[in-house]
This record gives sequence, C-alpha cells and structure tokens, in this order.
Amino acid sequence: MTIRLNVNGATREIDVEPDAPLLWVLRDELGLTGTKFGCGVAQCGACTVHLNGEAKRSCVIPVGAVADMQIVTIEGLSAHGPTPVQKAWVEHQVPQCGYCQSGMIMAVSALLAKNPSPTDEELKTEITNICRCGTYPRIRAAVRALAAAKALP
Amino acid sequence: MTTRRMVILGGLGAASALVVGYALWPSTRIARADAMAARAGERFVSNWIKIGRDDTVTVVIPHCDMGTGIFTSLSQMAAEELDADWNKVRAETAPADSLFANGPLGEGFILGEKDIYPNNIPAFLRGTVANSFRTIAGFMDLQVTGGSSAIRATGVFGIRIAAAAAREMLVAAAAARWNVAPETCSTRVSRVLHEASGRSFGFGELAADAARHDPSSHPRLKPKDQYTIVGKSVLRFDIPRKVDGTTAYGIDVREPGMLFAAIRISPVFGGNLRSVDAAPISGRRGIHKVIKLDDAVVVVADRFWRARDAAALLNPIFDDGVLGGVTSTTIAARRKAALDDALKSDLTVGSGADALKSQKVIEATYQVPYLAHATMEPMNATAIYRNGSLEVWSGTQDGLGSRAACAKSAGLPIEKVTFHLLPMGGGFGRRLPGFFNFLDYAVKTAMAVPGTPVKLVFTREQDMQHDFYRPNVMSRFRAALGAGGMPAVWVNDYTTDDDPNPEAHILYAIPNQAISAALVRTHVPTGPWRSVEASWHGFFIESFIDELAHRAKADPVAYRLKLLADKPRHAATLELAARKAGWGAPLAHGRGRGVAIVESFKSIVCHVADVTVAANGSVKIDRVVSAVDCGMAVNPDGMRAQIEGGILFGLGAAQYGEITIDKGAVAQANFPDYPVARLADCPDIEIHFHDSDAPLGGGGEPGVPPTAPAITNAIFAATGVRIRDLPIIKHASLIAHGATASL
Repeated sequence: MTIRLNVNGATREIDVEPDAPLLWVLRDELGLTGTKFGCGVAQCGACTVHLNGEAKRSCVIPVGAVADMQIVTIEGLSAHGPTPVQKAWVEHQVPQCGYCQSGMIMAVSALLAKNPSPTDEELKTEITNICRCGTYPRIRAAVRALAAAKALP
Repeated sequence: MTTRRMVILGGLGAASALVVGYALWPSTRIARADAMAARAGERFVSNWIKIGRDDTVTVVIPHCDMGTGIFTSLSQMAAEELDADWNKVRAETAPADSLFANGPLGEGFILGEKDIYPNNIPAFLRGTVANSFRTIAGFMDLQVTGGSSAIRATGVFGIRIAAAAAREMLVAAAAARWNVAPETCSTRVSRVLHEASGRSFGFGELAADAARHDPSSHPRLKPKDQYTIVGKSVLRFDIPRKVDGTTAYGIDVREPGMLFAAIRISPVFGGNLRSVDAAPISGRRGIHKVIKLDDAVVVVADRFWRARDAAALLNPIFDDGVLGGVTSTTIAARRKAALDDALKSDLTVGSGADALKSQKVIEATYQVPYLAHATMEPMNATAIYRNGSLEVWSGTQDGLGSRAACAKSAGLPIEKVTFHLLPMGGGFGRRLPGFFNFLDYAVKTAMAVPGTPVKLVFTREQDMQHDFYRPNVMSRFRAALGAGGMPAVWVNDYTTDDDPNPEAHILYAIPNQAISAALVRTHVPTGPWRSVEASWHGFFIESFIDELAHRAKADPVAYRLKLLADKPRHAATLELAARKAGWGAPLAHGRGRGVAIVESFKSIVCHVADVTVAANGSVKIDRVVSAVDCGMAVNPDGMRAQIEGGILFGLGAAQYGEITIDKGAVAQANFPDYPVARLADCPDIEIHFHDSDAPLGGGGEPGVPPTAPAITNAIFAATGVRIRDLPIIKHASLIAHGATASL
C-alpha cells in the first residue's frame, strides 16, 4: 500500500507495508542513511529521529504510525548549515567512529529544544544513547557549553 | 621461495638502514601508484605522499581510521617532516593493493618489540598469518589497523620517513632548476626557498620533477625541538562529516539493483545446518532466495527488514554434536583443572616458585569473563559476483587482508577480487583479519545470486552471538612477602587459549618470579578485544599487587613506587596521577580511591579512580584521574580522547560485561542482557601527560587495562571487599555487605 510521509519538510509517497520499521524505510526506501541501525530493539538510540520535535527511536516504530507526523532526520536537521549542537560537536571534537553520533545529536537537539539548560542529572536521565567509543565526557562538555551559552541573555 | 623482504628481514642486526631502503619506493613504483591512486593534478612523490598542483599534500594511509584519529595524526607527522602548510594537508585510505602494503608496520614490530619471534606474533596480528606461516615475513603484506600501532610503527618507521625523503626530493628538484646546491635551499609552508636569491617554488610546481628523483635511504629527520605541527592539538579531518550524517559506513553502501540479506548462524559454534524448510516464508513480499550454507541459512530479499523478518520465521535445524552440552560452568571447571595439570613455564626469575618453600604463602585466584565487542555498527558487507570477478565493500581493520579473505572464501585468485575499505562504526579488534566471518558469509551469499549486488547485515543478535570474544581467563597467584613487607616471591599461573602472554610479565622488581601458562581451548571463538591480553593481566596483576600492599599494611601508591625504583618513567607517571588525584586525602564514608598502572602497547597509563558505594551494593565511579606517558602525543587532544574512550570501554566491561555459554551457545543477545557504559556511568575524567623522550607509544588501547583494577581497588578501599571475578555488578550483595560492615 502507499504511505505518505513528511520527511525533512518534503512529502514522500512510498509503497510499503505499514508495519515496516521507520528506520529501514528512511534508510532503504528514501536513501537517508545518516540514521543508523544499532540494535533493533530501541536500546541504543543510533536510529533516533524527531517525530513532531520529539526524539524517538525509529527502529521499532512502524511506518504506518507516523504518516501524519513531521519526521526530521540528521539530514534535515542541518539542511540550512550546521546547528549550534553540531558546531559544539566539532568544537569539542566529540565523535570518534561517529556511528552513534547522528542519533546522539538528534537526541541532544530535542532535549535542548525543550530544556535549553539541562543539568548533568537531567542529561544522564534524558540521554541514554549508547556510544561504544566512549565519547560521553565530550558530549557532556559540549552540552554544558551549549547550556551555558543559552543561559546568557 | 625467498623474497626480497625475507632477505632484508633476515638481517635484523643491520635493521635501520635496511628499513629505510625497504620503506621507500623507487621511482618505478611511483608510476604504478599514480596509475592506481592519483587523481588529475596529483603526483606521488614518495610512498604514502601525493602532492597536487595546488600544493595540496595528500597522505595515502595503509590503515582505516576507526575513529581514533590516526589519519589526522599520521598526516601531522607527514606535514611536519615535509614542512607542509597544515591547511593544505589531507588524508585518504590507501587502495587494498599490495603496492600499498604496510611494510613499516611489520618493521616497526621487528625493531620496536623485543618479544617478537616466529612463534610469538603480537596478539592482534595472529589472525593475519596461517599457523604454518607464522614467520615475520608472513605479516608484511598487510594493512592492519590494530595493536595501537599506527603512530608508533606506520608513522615512525614509514610515513615520517617517506615525508622527509619527499621533502629532500622537492628540494633537489628546485635546486636543479635554479642550478644551486640543495644545501642552500630551505622549506617552509609548502614551498622550497632559495633565500640568497629570494626565489621560491610551491610544492605543487615541483612534484612531477621531484618524483623522478630516487628517494634518499637516509633522509634527515627533524629534531623534536623543531616540531611545529606534531605535538599540537589539531582538529580531526573526519569530524565534520560525522556530525551531519554524511560519512558513509560499510552498512550505508548503495549499489544499483542491490538486494539485502539476513542470516541465521548455528547458535552452537561449529554446528552445521541439517535442514531448513522455506515454507513458512513462501509468498512473502520481496523474498528472492533462501540460501543454505554449511552452518547458516541466509534469506535474500529486496529490502533488509523483509529479509530479517522472514529469516526470523524460519526454523532451521542445526547439528550441535557434543558441543551442545558446553556451559560456562563446564568451561570454568576445565580452566581450574588446567591450572593444576597443564602448566608450562614461561618465565623464571631468581629461584622462581621454589622460593615459596617454607614461606607464608598469600594465594588468590582471579577470573574474567568472555566479552563481546558490540561495535555500534553491526557486522556487514556488500558483495557482487559477476563474470568470474568479485567486488566487496565493508568496513574492516585490514583492507588487503579483507581482499585476501574474500578471495579465499570465493575460491578466486586475489587479482579477481576488488575490495573497497569503508569507514566502520567501531572496530575494537572485531574486524581484524582472522575474524572475518561476515565477509565469508557475504561472499558466499553473493556467489549464490550471481550478477546482483547483495548487502548482508548481521542483526544485533547475530552480531553478539557470533563474535570472537575476549577470552575468559583464570589466573592464580601465590606470593610471599620479605623484608619490610615487600614481595619476595611472585608466582602466577594463568590459562590461555593461545601462546603465552607477554602481558603477564610484571613491571615490578620482585627477586623471585615464576610465570606459567596452561593452554585451554574451547569451541568458543576468541579474538583480540581492545587492549587484548593487557585487558585481563592488567586487572589480575594490579589487583593482586594491591592485595600484597594491603597485607604489608602499606600505602598502595608508595608500595608500587618502591617496586618501580628502577623504572623512572613508570614511577613519574604514577606520582603524577597520585598527585593530581589528591592521593592520601581522606574521603567521605562510602567512598574509596584506587590506583592501577599498566604499560601496554608501549604507553604507560596510570588511573586513580574514586568510587561511591551505595547501601544496595551498586558502585558509581565518580572520577578517574589519569596520567599517561606515551613519549609524546602527536595530537594531544586526540590522545586524550583515546584515553577517555579506553576508560569508558574498560569501565563498562568491568561494571557489567559478561558473555556466558549455555547449551554450547552464547546466552546474551542484545544490549538489554549485555549492558555497556552509558552517559549516566561516565565519571569526571582528567588526563595528564608525562612527556618523556621514550619512543612514541600507542593510543587506542592503553587506556583500557588500568581501568578495571583502579575501580576494584577503590571498591576494596571503600568496603574491604576484594573483587576477583568480573563483572562487578554480580557481586552487589557482597559489596553491600562490605559497605554495611565497614560502617
């Protein structure tokens, strides 16, 4: 059946089963491979995208359930140049292998949109994505810097 | 057959001159390199170094950058010797061709590792050579990234020498044009200058001429005090494309008409596929083919999720044979028995174990579990077999080795195989040669659908259950204390599933030592896991020395310092970490501070960990203060990132990591039952460098080994509970009891 999706501001029509996982529709039907497969059970966060502005793990979301939502992937996040989060990621030299970072950046961006100055405790609770290279100290430093900048008038 | 490199390697005594001679290409090879890997306007000037008409220097690197930043650091080493403008320096991956084999890596080990001999190949390279060819020459034709070797071997013995030779060739080309003596010329920011006449040429104007000169076998290397690029923190080349989703990893390959494959491998290692009935998936959308392999069934479909969901519906029957009865318990029993009846001596110092006689013996037995690598990007490869040729794309830790492995899987000569090495989402040893099961399955899948590209992706479950695990190891210590409570005898017996482990040898000056290994092989496949042998011996040795310090009623730092009196670099690194951590300052109740120092991959790393133990026995690591002596860090911020990563990798494994065997198969399947470190686990980390004149040490791995023992020593300091068996989390009730008892 045909499913109509709104991805990164554009409407896309796809002939796909409604129970196909959003992650694989993005990657294999739409060629948006910046969103990554990590675990398939919503544990690692590598597949994080924004659904109506909320960070969601797309590997367990059936595409039929998001037909009416605004879907934003890493490709859409920086469509108009690097965002402050991405700039902070470069400044703090966060990524190592980089595979988890699309999901990490999507998760942090959604968090900062609703809470521009998260505490370390809030960050621990909200950002549960896995990074095997161990970039957490730099993620924390980058978010602290972003939070401090937002705190300024 | 005797090859040139075997002859060269035969004369190790005269190594340094020969190494340079081997390392540099004659101009005939330059032409082949240009044909293979130079774009319009680019010329190879020496091996690994291309220069473009616009003065851009491209360092062509016989490695993959797994995220450790080696492409940037190796480019710093090249730019330094070339006097290149850092803003015009790039890096790219060398083709998977023997022209670009990394000879300097092998040479680096021959020159740099005293332990190398034909039956003692560094653990991370063992998969590169078949047992019957376990000779030094056998691992020269490779492009391995592992063993924290890129800087200390490829950089030191290869790229920096090639760059220095290229600089001399550029100078020679300029001097010839000006008809002046080369000695009157100098180089600065990608230009050759003749100051007396005020003339200069950009590197790009000289590259073609320079390439016609033969490289000097003894290029002048820049003294360290003149470095302006090496030793400075620079921004990594790869990061901008890792924050916007544009880096294309192996799993992101898209070829026209590509199909996708999912696999179900025999859960019991070594089991065979007896039968599989395709009926449950017949008529499902997009399914192309069900392929029966010796030990697996593969479903090929037009989309990955269709292949994966269909594979999950199959009920393949596998032969488990006798291995279906193996469990972690039966394996542990074999290890314990081997320590009593299968020991072979590896090292004896002084009177060895005899010195224990009539002494009060302190004994302790330690264990570590199997661990999965759990790279973020699950294993995958894309392949197409057509007209007798094979083309493969994947992220691995050895391009040339991958090509050879694919040729072997396909039964094709290597000339018929093209291999494209792509970025990978984590390696940690999992993607080293010898452990290429994902390439083998992908090649066999492609050959079953000739003419069509097919991408095989392991699910996380297949990835975790068909890894090559960090071995599970048992280690028994017996020791006796002498004058002043210092250790007089150190006896260590441990199990191994390979050669004896050099990493079991201790740093400490103990007059009598006996170290023995007992070989125990099981059907569980094992392989190198970030820091390899040091990941277990670091934990064992640094825990037991802490036990001895406690028995001697000595301070753990002071006790170690006494035993390192003849090792000033180690002592200084230990003192630096202790001072920066405020060692000796009292901690609140329920908190503890522990120390551990391990040298691995030629770098010395000392961690001081602070922990807080909760009443329920859970352990929080609050802070790790680390001191590092790697000689000097080429890119200090990059080195810091590697030590941070090593700490998190070691911390997650120490706290939670355990793969167990049940009915011959791995019991864990995904992150819910194989937890790893997350942001909430991340301590505050401080890293301090102790710079020394020592040869450059490795970066990717040395941060891991001292992590677990620094944590468990801190738990002991807080609770009096000695953790001798990882992971920590399974001892929560013991720790809780200790925390209460110490009130």
